Amino acid sequence: MSNTIISVENLSKQYRLGMVGSGTLREDVVGWWYRVRGKEDPYLKLGDKNTRDTKGSSDYVWALKDVNFEVKQGEVLGIIGKNGAGKSTLLKLLSRVTAPTTGTIKAKGRIASLLEVGTGFHPELTGKENVYLNGAIMGMRKSEITRKMDEIIDFAGVERYIDTPVKRYSSGMYVRLAFAVAAHLEPEILIVDEVLAVGDAEFQKKAIGKIEDVSAGQGRTVLFVSHNMKAVSAMCSRTLLMQDGNVSFNGNTDEAIDRYLGVNAGGDNILYHEGNGANTNNTSIQLNYAQINAPRSGVFKTTEQIPIEMTLSFTESVEAFHLNMHVWTTSEEHLFEVSTDAITVKKGDQKTFRFFIPEWLLNAHQYTCQFNFVINRSKVIYSTGKILKFSVIEAVEENNLLYYGKTYGLLSVKIDTKIN
Amino acid sequence: MTSEQENWSLVIEPREKWWNFRLKEIWSYRELVLIFVRRDIVAVYKQTILGPLWFFLAPIFTVVAYNFVFGSIAKMSTDGIPGPVFYLSGTTLWGYFSTCFTATSNTFTDNAAIFGKVYFPRMIAPISTVISTLFKFGVQLIMFFCLIAYYMLFTDANLEITKWAWLFPLLVVMMGGLALGVGIILSALTTKYRDLKNFIGFGVTLLMYVSPVIYPVSAVPDSYKWFIKFNPISPIIEAFRLGFTGVGTVDAIDLVYSGAFISVILLIGMMLFHRVERTFMDTV
Repeated sequence: MSNTIISVENLSKQYRLGMVGSGTLREDVVGWWYRVRGKEDPYLKLGDKNTRDTKGSSDYVWALKDVNFEVKQGEVLGIIGKNGAGKSTLLKLLSRVTAPTTGTIKAKGRIASLLEVGTGFHPELTGKENVYLNGAIMGMRKSEITRKMDEIIDFAGVERYIDTPVKRYSSGMYVRLAFAVAAHLEPEILIVDEVLAVGDAEFQKKAIGKIEDVSAGQGRTVLFVSHNMKAVSAMCSRTLLMQDGNVSFNGNTDEAIDRYLGVNAGGDNILYHEGNGANTNNTSIQLNYAQINAPRSGVFKTTEQIPIEMTLSFTESVEAFHLNMHVWTTSEEHLFEVSTDAITVKKGDQKTFRFFIPEWLLNAHQYTCQFNFVINRSKVIYSTGKILKFSVIEAVEENNLLYYGKTYGLLSVKIDTKIN
Repeated sequence: MTSEQENWSLVIEPREKWWNFRLKEIWSYRELVLIFVRRDIVAVYKQTILGPLWFFLAPIFTVVAYNFVFGSIAKMSTDGIPGPVFYLSGTTLWGYFSTCFTATSNTFTDNAAIFGKVYFPRMIAPISTVISTLFKFGVQLIMFFCLIAYYMLFTDANLEITKWAWLFPLLVVMMGGLALGVGIILSALTTKYRDLKNFIGFGVTLLMYVSPVIYPVSAVPDSYKWFIKFNPISPIIEAFRLGFTGVGTVDAIDLVYSGAFISVILLIGMMLFHRVERTFMDTV
């Protein structure tokens, strides 16, 4: 027997948009009539790709379309993607909250899911009663739960409140308890969806440790869905990147994250500006092009140098010319300006000016660049607009596992620290 | 080794056979039923001062009102037994049916939050409702027995416990089964199209008037009797009365008919429910 524990084949899920009305009834009846005669439901042939921000022509969308993947036992599989890419639909199908439209899921063993916060807790029941309730929902025996009770309470750190109705809990306590139950009741497959976002740093660390322990130590399988790239990078051996209802990448976690951030953060980056030689008001200097030499559609990590270049043609000779660059955040904070050395150019020269913004300077944000042509060290003869745009993201592999949150501030710097 | 040969413990497919009720799976979740039952009972009376006393108040007021309206004003027959005993015998069993029916018919909408997050066999929810309502029924039954004891000991009312009383557990199971069957049919039909929901409220009231709750079958004119006897609830209530008060119009064949009717309703209910439970989250 192979060690494949989940096998997903041609999985699709169609949703109908809009309101339920009498038109829906007609379509239901037609669809049913086709199925009765053993034909394919005509509405299954319809359906747009699931893109959230464009208006489609059909009332039907495919939240998932022909998804295939396998998960091996003991693997921690990351699932990442934009909002609406199909992650949650996939998890809903896996946890049997709803059935697929086509395709099959095969699995070995119990699947316990932690979709959203406080899965299946009843507000009027106490913490302890809810542990039994949640355990039973996951198909555990009462004796099994009793055996684990102390461990669960201890892990969740809510001992003082365990006999209080959970409606009095803070949201953090709620998640702690919910996570503790799911993690301790030893399902063969654990689905964790974005639940860590609510806990504090201490609990996040604890939870991640537990997930690693559950997978590596006990050989159980974890599907981990998150927008927190640091956590995904730290835990997942393999990652699926979902895009518009498809798996667009399945493999190495770092590569998946790179692609995701490229798609996500680099959406409207401008990496190349064509000058056409004409759009300066000084005929003696013509802008050919400006560009950023970037990987991943203009998304740099905080650990990477950012090379920017601009090429100019000179139709007259110019003395003491230098190029000046201003960097702004997209929220209009002026960060810095920097200039090249002043040079003297001859008629007919073509020069490329390069700027290298060093690693460990800019924090995760999107930035624009503006350029000034300066002669005689002070006279600005032409100013471009903010013609280039790029983004910086936090380098996930640099994380120190201390905290999975965002690093704040305009700058991302490395400075020496000392403790005496 | 190909995937066909592997022993998957779980296979999720778009459609399942209509007769695959997964009864074995429901049985394996029996402990969840107990916890749900406990939850239902505890949660209803938390943060109320009178607590389970509410179980008594509702039937007392109902019986007083019925006794006044149907007994004193309309002067309807009570088969020769004291009015309070007659009305309480009817409303106790009827109350169990109507509570179960109303609650199970809302299975999907009431449980949307929990159904939307975790899987367990959805039938667990209505089954738990039918069982937890037994608690309320039991409390009211005690009240009913006290009333009978009072009339037997302190008055010369013509009351008698007959051997039909032995059928009591069966009658409760039948009543619960019918409520479950009709309830899940309606819950399955109302997830997508809510039209029938408007019917449930007054439908229960109408159904009460065609059941021998406030009148005995013996008082029904012969030309309408077939209609009242067609109602599977009639033999159950009449048999219950015959058992604990000594009056009632019922024979074995009526109960067999009722049992067959209920089985068919349950089967249809489970079929419809099973069809809907897998995708109801998309339409609720």
